[in-house]
Amino acid sequence: MKFAWNIALKNIRRRPFRAFGMAVLIMTLTFTLLAGAVVITSLQNGLTGYRSRLGADIVVTPSSAEGHGTVEAVLLQGIAGNYYMSSAQLEKLKSIEGIEIQSRQFFLTSAKASCCSARVQIIGFEPQTDISVMPWISENRITDVKDGEILIGADVTMPADGKIRFYGKNYQVAAQLSRTGTGLDQAVYTNMQTIQQMAKSAAMLTERETLRSVNIARSASAVMIRVKKGYSPEEVADDINIHVQKVRATPSGSMVQSVSDGLEQTAGFVSLLTGGIWLLSAVILAAVFAIMTAERKKEFAVLSVMGASRRMICRLMTAEAAFICLIGSLTGLAAAFVFAMPLTDALRSSLQLPFLLPDGAVIAVLCAGAVVLPVATGVLAALTAVMRITVQEPGQLIREDA
Amino acid sequence: MSLLELKNVSKIYGELHALDQANLTVEKGEWIAIMGPSGSGKSTMMNIISCMDRPTSGQVIFDGKDITKESRRKLTEFHRDKIGLVFQQFHLINYLTAVENVMVAQYYHSMPDEKEALEALERVGLKERARHLPSQLSGGEQQRVCIARALINSPELILADEPTGNLDEANENIVLDIFRQLHKEGTSLVVVTHDPEVGEVAQRIVRLDHGKIVSDRKNEHFTE
Repeated sequence: MKFAWNIALKNIRRRPFRAFGMAVLIMTLTFTLLAGAVVITSLQNGLTGYRSRLGADIVVTPSSAEGHGTVEAVLLQGIAGNYYMSSAQLEKLKSIEGIEIQSRQFFLTSAKASCCSARVQIIGFEPQTDISVMPWISENRITDVKDGEILIGADVTMPADGKIRFYGKNYQVAAQLSRTGTGLDQAVYTNMQTIQQMAKSAAMLTERETLRSVNIARSASAVMIRVKKGYSPEEVADDINIHVQKVRATPSGSMVQSVSDGLEQTAGFVSLLTGGIWLLSAVILAAVFAIMTAERKKEFAVLSVMGASRRMICRLMTAEAAFICLIGSLTGLAAAFVFAMPLTDALRSSLQLPFLLPDGAVIAVLCAGAVVLPVATGVLAALTAVMRITVQEPGQLIREDA
Repeated sequence: MSLLELKNVSKIYGELHALDQANLTVEKGEWIAIMGPSGSGKSTMMNIISCMDRPTSGQVIFDGKDITKESRRKLTEFHRDKIGLVFQQFHLINYLTAVENVMVAQYYHSMPDEKEALEALERVGLKERARHLPSQLSGGEQQRVCIARALINSPELILADEPTGNLDEANENIVLDIFRQLHKEGTSLVVVTHDPEVGEVAQRIVRLDHGKIVSDRKNEHFTE
């Protein structure tokens, strides 16, 4: 076997440029397959995370939220949202039929000034009634958010002393939440009492008219609603839009659907690109191996008359192909880790879709697939070419090569 | 029992009868020259004897066994165990050194043994050139590597197709001396040639013309 490998390696060395070209092709294929698979899996993970984080059947926001910092933008891209519904609107909302749970959320953006450690979106919620943040927090084994405590998203830098300063006051970080792949990872969470204190300080310390003009204790940026059994979210949302003025009630299903549509479009494009590159590579490999085997007809005939069975000749050729493809594929894998993985953050923000990298085990499986598929494609192309040639009698091969 | 027997063997390519109802017997230890002009069917006969081609009709019997209808796998095994081939164009593997070319034949027969391969090269006077690639060897040297490769597995029959066709006189004599030595040791030889000087050193001379055996005679001038 060692001798056979030696023969294969010698032949590869004989044509270094061709072997190099094939390895580069395989490297590109592995890189594309892995990058494509990771993007598609991350988008799917992101959608799952987005769906489960949304929790509510209906999201109500003031109509002034449209166009800038909508709930979708806050959730998906971490864009700051500073808009508030009045207590009158919230009271009117309570009278709508078919609502089982409604839970307020209050959005506040920290300032880019010395009073705040960082500029982030702060989301205040009601832990007792919450249906979107609490389930996620529970996954982090946190059952309550005490006054003066904050929770930070996965993308927010954990301070060394465990405290973050907002509007002149330090808040204890109780925990850092697991990654969702959405804009929620860039936000900070706290309960309503704490955010109201922050908002009051913000109103005093900054020139924010929106904050000064609202009754902070009795207003909210968004209301998450779960409908009663037997009611459809669309009908209840319509009722809200008709009876409560200057709000927009959006069924979460349509929010998920719009994200899902965007995801499908992106995933479709990535799949098409990846599939196209794979197909092109397969065609090029088949052509290259066909040329290689045609050039070596005489050699195969001589090996055959020396006692090499058809299987042995196929093994020789596939060993060469496997070696070249494996080198190319492993290089492509390394290139993906070195050059592509660090770009995932930039990709996430440019896609504007929920994007959550799969865990290590899934990445390992994707890596294995991204190596095995190109190697198998190369070996199959080589095998097909050599089998087509060696079906002829050795005498005929020698005559054709003369 | 004869070593090899061709019974009414024909090979037809379209309209062309490259070999037409040929009958030939080769005894163990015999040295036969197959002669004839270009296109007479010499190489076709050689290819059929070596199982590199299958006859259109007739039988090839080797050691009492009809190998005409054997599977490709069986024929490969037959090649490996019984026959050593020497080609006019040498057909060495150009990216392997002389000794590696010999070792390839060992590898597909049993297992490569460099010491034995070097001994085979020494026998044809090429031990010093063992690490050279075919492109670094002269035609005569390449032919001797080809002979060493044919000999390495101790075949019962050596088939040589125009073995001196590309060689100068000095190298031709070296190759013929090796054949004499092999014959002395009891190896059977079938040498296809159009060169009378090469034919005349064989024990028996078979002449072909237009695919038919036109004469088959003992060489009265044959000397060991």
